[in-house]
Amino acid sequence: MSQFGLFGTDPWWLVIVKVLGIFVMLVLLTLFTIWWERRVVSRMQNRIGPNRVGPQGLLQSLMDGVKLALKEEILPKAAHRAVYWIAPVISATAAFLAFAVIPFGPTVSIFGVETPLQLTDFPVSVLYVLAIASIGVYGLVLAGWSSGSTYPLLGGLRSTAQVISYEIAMGLSFVAVFLYAGSMSTSQIVLAQEPIWFAVILLPSFLIYVTAMVGETNRAPFDLPEAEGELVGGFHTEYSSLKFALFFLAEYINMVTVSALATTLFLGGYLAPWPISLWESANTGWWPMVWWLLKVQIFIFVFIWLRGTLPRLRYDQFMKFGWKVLIPVALIWTIIVAAVRILRDQVALTNTELLIAGVVLILILLAGAWVLQGRAERREQQRDADRAARAERQLDLVPGAHPVPPMPSQTFEYTPRRSALLTTQATMKEAEDA
Amino acid sequence: MLKRPSITRGVPRAVNVYTPILVLGLLAFGFAAFSVILATFTGPKRYNRAKVDAYECGIEATPQPMGGGRFPVKYYLTAMMFIIFDIELVFLYPWAVAADQLEVFGLVAIVLFLVNLAVPYIYEWRRGGLEWD
Repeated sequence: MSQFGLFGTDPWWLVIVKVLGIFVMLVLLTLFTIWWERRVVSRMQNRIGPNRVGPQGLLQSLMDGVKLALKEEILPKAAHRAVYWIAPVISATAAFLAFAVIPFGPTVSIFGVETPLQLTDFPVSVLYVLAIASIGVYGLVLAGWSSGSTYPLLGGLRSTAQVISYEIAMGLSFVAVFLYAGSMSTSQIVLAQEPIWFAVILLPSFLIYVTAMVGETNRAPFDLPEAEGELVGGFHTEYSSLKFALFFLAEYINMVTVSALATTLFLGGYLAPWPISLWESANTGWWPMVWWLLKVQIFIFVFIWLRGTLPRLRYDQFMKFGWKVLIPVALIWTIIVAAVRILRDQVALTNTELLIAGVVLILILLAGAWVLQGRAERREQQRDADRAARAERQLDLVPGAHPVPPMPSQTFEYTPRRSALLTTQATMKEAEDA
Repeated sequence: MLKRPSITRGVPRAVNVYTPILVLGLLAFGFAAFSVILATFTGPKRYNRAKVDAYECGIEATPQPMGGGRFPVKYYLTAMMFIIFDIELVFLYPWAVAADQLEVFGLVAIVLFLVNLAVPYIYEWRRGGLEWD
């Protein structure tokens, strides 16, 4: 528990300094990310993007915020007032809170006090992030419901269903990390990645997490709650002025938070990446914060890249992907990791034996899949043939008359006697032709 | 817990690891509430009946919005599946942290547990509960 020794022992002024630092950093990162996103997407679309306010247009998002503050606030007639007011506050507060356990550096000295570069940490801090993310969902669903309007309600429901579906896949991808780290505390997980990042040894978990985090933050190509063609703006259609700005702030902070969580759990957190880690003092002092920031920015760039590249999914495809692909894959992968790890350590199987067992298992699974596939294909062919035969017969509803397709409500079944007769006629005709 | 390092003298210290979260929460809540209230003073106020209607692409709003009505039952199904899987996660986490101490017994137990939950999952899949159209 030595690592927890320093957590919770900061003097009050240092707690306030850290809280203010995180708050300012998140607000600045949001302003920067909005500007960065607009610039990068512009470049991808052969445009220039905002470049008027401040150097390279850097102050654009700040000015947008000021402009929003000076806009009229509209309270829809049908809105449930109290809930309509509290929803953006819940969203923004939850977004800030999730950042409390993200480590962005090792122990440093601030004004002569030794302290870790992390607001706080406890044995279940990853669970805390998931809990806060769930509270953030209340902001969405309440905003959609309280607006008293159709589009926001549908948008809110969609976001909620989406966030909770992808939260399962996200949570399942963490299990393998906890297995390897033996802890759920973020600072311990970072330290457990000293020799090698979990993204390398647990690649499937990492990929599942990265997919789920895009769904979780409602970002393109999973930005269905804001599908303009169907739902106008989604849950915040009826929001204006600074209340709208708070939802925007929450969305971008959530982006930073899930990126930071990905960095913490899979990319070694603040630890220096390989070529730099050869430099002795790479992991001392304030340097780790630079590596941390760079890694987070890489994820943010991926977010923007996806938005600039991929079209939006259809809702049914999206839910199907979450429930029928991500969750089963994550579950099976978790079991494989656990089984391999425990069989190797406890039953003392060697790596070669495990490899052979794995290959045999994969072969059996492939053979099974092949057999099942063949059966399914045969059944499919049979069904198609049956359907074709039925269509053929239906053209001949009244034998001898002009062939007409059946009316929509007209179902047609031959009596056994009639079918026997028809079969006999067909055979006789064939015999005649021959 | 280790003994606290006595670098600062006489300065009160945070009570435990959870107090910083409370401080951050108060700051974030204060900021959000302040913004929401501030906007009512800074913005102009020009009343127009059409502005306060529910937004429906410029046409007259429907008298009975969906908020008091119905929405697809699929959302309930998704929510219930979420609860089942979330509870599954809550059981998986402590096992994952302690898996090395629980050895083969823990692995067998958790696999049995997952198989138990896989049955309703497969049932719902086969019955079309996961289909959206």
